[in-house]
Amino acid sequence: MIAMRPEELLHPTPAGLYCPPGDFYIDPVRPVARALVTHGHADHARAGHHAVMATAHTLSIMAIRYGEDFCTSRQIAEFRQPQFINGVSVTFFPAGHVLGSAQILVEWKGLRICVSGDYKRMPDPTAETWEPVACDVYITEATFGLPVFRHPDPAREIARLIRSTADFPDRTHLVGVYALGKAQRVIRLLRDNGFEGRIFIHGALAELCDFYEASGIVLGELHPATVAAGRASDYACSVVLGPPSAFNAPWVRRFPDPLIVFASGWMRIRSRMKQRGVELPLVISDHCDWDELTASIRDTGASEIWVTHGREEALVRWCELNQIRARPLHLVGYEDEVE
Amino acid sequence: MRAFAELLDNLVLTQSRNRKVELLVRHFRDCPDPDRGLALAAITGDLELPSVKPALIRQLAGEVCDPELFRLSYDFVGDLAETVSLIWPSKNDAGDPPGLGSIVADLSHASRTAAPAMMRRLLDAMDASERYALIKLATGGLRVGVSARLAKQALAEFGNVDIGGIEELWHGLKPPYEALFAWLEGRAAKPVSAAPAPFRPVMLSHAAEERDIAAFTSDEYVAEWKWDGIRVQAVSEAGIRRLYTRTGDDISAGFPDLVDAIQFTGAIDGELLVRDAEGSVAPFSALQQRLNRKSVSRKLMREYPAFVRAYDILVDGDDDIRSLTWLERRRRLEALVATLSPERVDLSPPLAFASLDELRGHRENPPETVIEGLMIKRLDSVYVAGRPRGPWFKWKRDPRLVDAVLMYAQRGHGKRSGYYSDYTFGVWRGSELVPVGKAYFGFTDEELKRIDKFVRDHTVERFGPVRSVRADAGHGLVLEIAFEGLNRSTRHKSGVAMRFPRISRLRWDKPPAEADRLETLEAMLD
Repeated sequence: MIAMRPEELLHPTPAGLYCPPGDFYIDPVRPVARALVTHGHADHARAGHHAVMATAHTLSIMAIRYGEDFCTSRQIAEFRQPQFINGVSVTFFPAGHVLGSAQILVEWKGLRICVSGDYKRMPDPTAETWEPVACDVYITEATFGLPVFRHPDPAREIARLIRSTADFPDRTHLVGVYALGKAQRVIRLLRDNGFEGRIFIHGALAELCDFYEASGIVLGELHPATVAAGRASDYACSVVLGPPSAFNAPWVRRFPDPLIVFASGWMRIRSRMKQRGVELPLVISDHCDWDELTASIRDTGASEIWVTHGREEALVRWCELNQIRARPLHLVGYEDEVE
Repeated sequence: MRAFAELLDNLVLTQSRNRKVELLVRHFRDCPDPDRGLALAAITGDLELPSVKPALIRQLAGEVCDPELFRLSYDFVGDLAETVSLIWPSKNDAGDPPGLGSIVADLSHASRTAAPAMMRRLLDAMDASERYALIKLATGGLRVGVSARLAKQALAEFGNVDIGGIEELWHGLKPPYEALFAWLEGRAAKPVSAAPAPFRPVMLSHAAEERDIAAFTSDEYVAEWKWDGIRVQAVSEAGIRRLYTRTGDDISAGFPDLVDAIQFTGAIDGELLVRDAEGSVAPFSALQQRLNRKSVSRKLMREYPAFVRAYDILVDGDDDIRSLTWLERRRRLEALVATLSPERVDLSPPLAFASLDELRGHRENPPETVIEGLMIKRLDSVYVAGRPRGPWFKWKRDPRLVDAVLMYAQRGHGKRSGYYSDYTFGVWRGSELVPVGKAYFGFTDEELKRIDKFVRDHTVERFGPVRSVRADAGHGLVLEIAFEGLNRSTRHKSGVAMRFPRISRLRWDKPPAEADRLETLEAMLD
């Protein structure tokens, strides 16, 4: 029996999810005195806070993105090691989303609330493996919270890309990936599934790829895709990775007859493929699909679910159908479209 | 089925027209009869499986998914077939799906009562992409960005023949088009056109540019009103009467009132229009009531009687007169129309003009709102298929323009789900903004992203899929709205309703205080 209302321990504010007894925010979207950060994606990890607690990898990623002075004081959170902030216990657990990503368990007076951050359950050698966290209230993301989203085996998806490089050797396969997480995962998938061609990367991916490599995640030889005017033969049978924004920039003009590939969970929806002008859509996601979201809700054993950023209504509906108390949590500032 | 599903997946993701044609040609080459012909019929919209209706698909979806979760999914995906194909639970042990030929044969003979079980079995045996192809095949409307004309283009390339030859044959052919493929592969002679009263490819115009306009003189050109209806070809030969659209679709079944009145031998070209209760030409919205129907009620024919405003003639009696000049054809047309019921077929009148200024005057002040502008044709132009540059021009009225302020934005569907893409805009009445219309096109994908970001950054309130956006004298986004006409409306708070509003420019530079006032709009009322 919980005596206290969970909202007393954590509730949404315009700056982000706030814990009054601990006086800290989780993934705040405005500068605050004390922030706990789940992972390094820019909409969750912002610069300008006073004190930041996050995993060592996340802190390093923030320093790479924002410079060493991104906050005044840093505190490393080790996985599964509780720490106390003003008497409130906080523990980080792996979220499997990107390297260093964490779920945060907040515990006070016997009440356990777990904030999922962004997470995925599929095995991925470029991120720590997600694990379920027993809690009373589970705050879950819902990026792919609709029963139309079922992510296929990523090995099968990457095989389609590898086959296409053989079928169309003269066309440059330009793969749209975000710099943190997706880029490194796609590179590892290519290596682990027998791709033998060369891999080129856009300059915006270089620092984070180096960081992954230095953290022990082997990516192999990566060539810079910076040659001013490539000849067709330079890119034959190879793969070029870049951030999707670069595909609209003059950078793409150097590649002969590019074939646009995009790796994202959104690539299950035809309209999204068309919108992005994608010729080869790969359903490779750093988030849970519908079945994984609902399985996670059960696995945590939580009696109450708060659903945030994404398709909140559908996941709340699923909870209702399964007699689990649930409500949407309207947090602003998270980009569910960026995946 | 795999090959057909892959063809659809590839077509939908291929922007280039040439690559689409390539994909189709490859399919015609690699896929055997009757599957390739059925795929072709599905693409051209000539395949009907009446035992499978969208209602049946919804019913099947209801058996596998909670209705509320289905509604939310459908709302997000924006397409029924796609939603069902993705939501349907995959069964790996259901065996391989049958081929396209046997699926079509089974479903076309299936009774309404047998069809659900048959569809359920097929869906179980397929993957998401095949399920999508099956549902699209059964319910029509593939939406793969391939028009019937492009499919015919692919056939022409496949067989290395002229597309005109295929278009003129088309109406005598039936799926799965085995005789056509045999001819295209050189295995048999060209099929004899079995259809009497065939469609003949129409002549199209270019939009007039300044350099064209400078040359418009009444010595060389004739001017006519450009009517806001749809282009049709009315053909009557050997006792067979047909009404075709400009792409050769036979729409006779929807217009029996008009088809009965085509009492001549020949083929004429004109605008299909309907009349209102007073007998005047009704606006396009009235004509729309009668389009896309396989049959038509007496009530509808009484309320919106259809007629053709004729402007050209291709065949007069047994004479194909397409090689005569416009002036010569016009005399033949006048003689022929004089023999017909004027309530059903009348003449598009030529407009007298002594100078370019007079012509501009006609264009800016048409006597009826159903006129979109002018058609300008060379007097010596022969009637040729396609869109030759030079003989025929369309010269539309300039749209009306107004500067309005973005007030609300709604999340789009389908292609635009996830983007705030439907905009409600308003103009000033005193010191408040009143909404005057909605627009959801007229901007590029790049501009859409910018507006979407603006909406997200300046949201004041959220109501479900709608956000209200900050809009006051000092802050907001001004949109230049183009529209075709303005009517009084009791349904809108502002009292006015725009026709065909779209965004013509984004005025990031303009302060909202300088947007237009309601009085400005009221002065533009038709």
